[in-house]
Formats: sequence, C-alpha cells, structure tokens
Amino acid sequence: MSMETSTGRFGRYGGRYVPETLVPALLELEAAYAAARADPSFDEEVARVLKEFVGRETPLTPARRLTESWGGAHVWLKREDLAHTGAHKINNTIGQVLLARRMGKKRIIAETGAGQHGVATATACALFGFPCEVYMGALDVERQSLNVFRMRALGATVRPVESGSKTLKDAMNEAIRTWVAQVEDTHYVIGSAAGPHPYPTIVRDFQSVIGREVRAQSQAAFGRLPDAITACIGGGSNAIGICHPFIGDKDVRLVGVEAGGHGLNSGQHGASLTLGTEGVLHGTRSLVLQDAHGQIQEAHSISAGLDYPGVGPELAHLAKQGRLEVRTATDDEALRAFYEVARTEGILPALETSHAFARAAELARELGKGKHLVINCSGRGDKDVATIAAKGIPATGHEGKA
Amino acid sequence: MSGEIAAAFAKAKARGEGALVAYAMAGDPDLPRSVDVFAALVEGGADILELGVAFSDPIADGPVIQAASERALKAGATLQRVMDEVVPAVRKRCPNTPLVVMTYVNIVMALGEERYAKLARERGISGTILPDLPPEESTGLRSTFDAAGLELIPLCAPTTPPARAEAIAKDGRGFVYCVSVAGVTGMRAELPKDLSSRLELVRRASPVPVVAGFGISTAEQARVIGAHADGVVVGSALVRAAHSGGPAAARELCAEIKRGLKR
Repeated sequence: MSMETSTGRFGRYGGRYVPETLVPALLELEAAYAAARADPSFDEEVARVLKEFVGRETPLTPARRLTESWGGAHVWLKREDLAHTGAHKINNTIGQVLLARRMGKKRIIAETGAGQHGVATATACALFGFPCEVYMGALDVERQSLNVFRMRALGATVRPVESGSKTLKDAMNEAIRTWVAQVEDTHYVIGSAAGPHPYPTIVRDFQSVIGREVRAQSQAAFGRLPDAITACIGGGSNAIGICHPFIGDKDVRLVGVEAGGHGLNSGQHGASLTLGTEGVLHGTRSLVLQDAHGQIQEAHSISAGLDYPGVGPELAHLAKQGRLEVRTATDDEALRAFYEVARTEGILPALETSHAFARAAELARELGKGKHLVINCSGRGDKDVATIAAKGIPATGHEGKA
Repeated sequence: MSGEIAAAFAKAKARGEGALVAYAMAGDPDLPRSVDVFAALVEGGADILELGVAFSDPIADGPVIQAASERALKAGATLQRVMDEVVPAVRKRCPNTPLVVMTYVNIVMALGEERYAKLARERGISGTILPDLPPEESTGLRSTFDAAGLELIPLCAPTTPPARAEAIAKDGRGFVYCVSVAGVTGMRAELPKDLSSRLELVRRASPVPVVAGFGISTAEQARVIGAHADGVVVGSALVRAAHSGGPAAARELCAEIKRGLKR
C-alpha cells in the first residue's frame, strides 16, 4: 500500500501504533504541520506569542555559588522556570494550539501527570478561546490539587481517570480513547516528545526553542558552545528541546537524568532509558518499563512528571547511539538537590528539574574548571511544595548563629 | 493461508445466516472459567471465537473490556498461558470453530513475532487482530504471519478515506474488520447512518469476508448490519453478559443475536 508520507522513525524507534480510526487524523496533522512550517507567518506568530505572552527568551543565568561550591565547570541555568505558567511545557502548547486553530479544530484535549502540561494547555486554550478537557489520573488529581485548581480557573474541564494505576499513563490512554471518539473536530495536545508520529517531531520542534536560545546565549555569555548540557528525562520534552539543536556538535556532551525513584534495584523508578526494553506504548515504539509478558509496569518517582514508564523515541535512539549519556538520580538525591539549589542560588526548582541538578555536581567536576555546563531548569517547584514539605525541611545551618 | 476462517463464513452463508464472531476475554474471571464462556458462545451459535488477550494499556477498548482485561491480568492471564491453557481446552470443546486472537502489538512483540506465529498455528489459532497495528506498521509482521499461515486480520475505520479503505480491503487476510463507530469498543444505542455504504465499499474491494464490529449488542443491530456485511463482531455485550450472568447468559445473548443474523 502506498499510503505512507513519512515513517516517523528515529532508528528503530518511533512509528504510529494506533487504532486505524486515528491514522487519517495523524496523516492530516502531519500534512498540516508541514504546511505550517513552510509558511513563514506561522513561525512568526509562534515567535510573537512566545515573546509577548510566554516571556521568551528565558535567561541563561550564571550559577556562581553552585560553580564555586561544586569546584568544577562554570554552571549556567537555562531558566525555563521563568516562562509563563512556570515550565517549558508552554512552548509546545502555544505551538500546538495555534496549529489546531490553523487546522480548524473546535476543541482541545490533553493528558497531564503533574499538571504542568495540563496548565500549559489550559492556558493556551484560554488565550485562543478553545474549550479544553484535561485527562488526569485520579491519584494525580489528589496529589496535585494546586494545578487542578489552576486548570479549572483557566476554564478547562479536568477529567479524573480511574482506570489502571490512575496516573499519567492511564490519563494518556484515556485521552487517546477520547480522541478516537471525537477525532473529527478535536486536536489532542500531547505534552511530551512521545506518542505516535508526528507528535515526537512536533513537540521536539516546538521545544527546540530552548536549545536555539542556549546556542545564541552561550556565544554571547562565554564566546562558544557549552561543553555539556544536562536535563531531566521523563517523557523527555525538555531534554530533547534543549539538546536537539546540539546533536551535530560532537564536542557538546548531552546528559539526561532519569528518575531513579527508590533505587534502580527497588523496582520502583522511572528509568526507561536505563532499564527499559523495546516495546510499544501510547502509539510509539521505544524503550518502556514492562514485564516479560509485555505488560507495562507502573513507574515511580517523587516527581509526578517523571513517573512515566516510557520515553520519547528520539531520545531512545540517541541513547542507543551513545550520543545521549544517561544517568539516574533517586528521590532522595533529587530532594537534597532541591534544597541545595534553593539555598545556594535562590531558586526553587521543580522536583523534575532537581533530578538534573542531582547529577550536575559530579558532571561539573568531571568537566573541570574553565569548562561550561548548562542545566535546563525546566520548571519551578511551587507545585511541589506540599510533597517536599511533607518530607520535613532540613535545618539551614544558620540557626543560632545570628 | 489457513482457510478455516473462510470455511466458517461459507458454512454460515450456506445456512442463510450472517456469521457471528463472538469475543470474550481469555482469563476472565479466571483461565478455566473463561474456557466455559468460550464453549457457551459456540453453543449459542458463534461461528468464530475471538479470544481477547489482556494488555495493561488497551487504548482501543472501552470500559467493559478494560475492566475484563484488569480481571484477566489479576487472574494471571498472559499470552503464553492463554496459548498453553485456554486455547487447547477451547479447541477440545469446540473443535470446529476457528479461533482468532485479539490483543495489542506489544504483547506479541514481547513473546516474539515469529515465536508467536509458530505457536499460534501449532495450537490451532487461525488469525490475529491487533487494533494498534495500522497497515503502515504491519508489513513486517504480516510477512511473518503469512509465512506461518496465520492470518493478520486488518481493521477499517469510519474515518478511513475510501481509497485507503479499498487498499486495506484488497490486501485483507481472514476477514476485514470494519469498525462501525469512531470510538472505542462498547455498546451503542445507535449506529452511524453511512455504515451500510462503507461496508458495501469495503466488500466490493475485499477478496475475503467483511464484518462489522464495535457497538453491536442487539439482534436488531445485527439484522440491520448483517444485510450489508458477511457478519458481525460482538464483544462488550457478551463480556458484560458473561461477567454478570456467567456462561449461560453469554450463550443466550449469542443465540438472540444469531436470530438477528438469519436472512
């Protein structure tokens, strides 16, 4: 059959493993996206909204005290936490909602785990006047009440999902099922660089604004490209967004940090690149956490944004090629990193981002003095304060010294 | 090709009936009792049995079959155990009914595509339906299945444009499964008005029988659709009947739907 426009493959990974009902919509989306990219006015509008509404470009901030404390490379923070809604997720939802408007779609659905993508989708829908439904695992609805409120305040309908583990992967299943039933007039805004083709490409392209800015900003700040870039990886949208513009720059090390949860031997983690095996989940072939029979396992992370048992296909490909170095950080390491960054740099990073920080100290030392390390500060930790506070706040060390 | 599926359709046609493809979940409520359900479906008049093999993330299924998957997984159903424990028992009790497996591509990949194809044929499976494997992704798997003599049954959707539907139908194996409604599996009060013309289009192009499924739960719906297709697939309604009333309730519902398929 000659019905193929593009295979959407990254090496062995990627593809379009969905019910036939959705295939025509994915082909339509692929064609509409190609047409939008070929139309300069589309890129211009995305760029304008990102500047006027999202607050791009986000700064590349020197982390002077972390640099001094870690005693290695110069540390720089790409401040996606300063983007509107508090995370990089908004880059993608603005782009996709504008694309949906171009396609004449009438309504938007999305899935969310921690709620950041849900909030970003609800925000873009409010801005452009779309009705919005967000599918969220019932457990996550309980855990992330602040973001549930934000979505509802923005006019979105939050639909708690009671099936399976009641977390992100089930929310994504439910969003796909809903999309199958309403595909004619509905656009599904996937939040990670995962899902069926063309989503991994679309999300990566919209998030690549992060890496493109880093290229220009590092030239301006220290006159060359960074020696290494690191980012946390759940599904991987912030990681592919900052890394993709550097894939061809062999001297720039790309380091992803996955959720080690309670430890890689505990069976409770989100380390799909490190311990996953090849499989198909949510429409894409990638590395997934599954048992020997192909049943998808529940992921665990203290960060609701990293407890996803799959990963984007392009990152799986880059990791298999060795272009992307993959490390893990446990829940406890992420928590320690959260306080270290808060007290050293005056920034409360998201728990997701704290995983990247947890491995950044050793990376800075490996690189050594005179080198430059960029950490993608993918989001802010306000949404996580209840989770973090529940663990007990460590002493500052300043008590009794005043 | 195996030919068992074609023979079952031919037999139904010779009797002046549309074929009933009856679905139940292997392992629901447990492995041995699901065998009783499959046997009851055949006693009720099912011409082909569709054995669901549970997957943790069934994106094409509605609430009834999702719940059945969860029960089957809790009961320890895996593709290997279904092949070893359910399929031989069903073959023994229903030796003349073709068996088709319906599951998701990840389950087959995990067992190994070639290994699955070989095992399936050894155990007497005639065909396989993978609702998350559209034609673009199925080329390799279909060659493997063709080589083993296992039919990879394709699906056609209400959203499939006519040219694509014809291409899918022309290349059909076993039968072409026309999804009657845009959506997941589950009962519907009403079926789309253009279903009959879509079925006729696929039927004209297809060298194999054409069935409609998704949303069909009554004899009247089977009668209306049966006029434009070679048969119907009934799933959620049977799964619900078996869950609430056991094998006898599933047998009764099969018999009732079968009455709707008499021409």
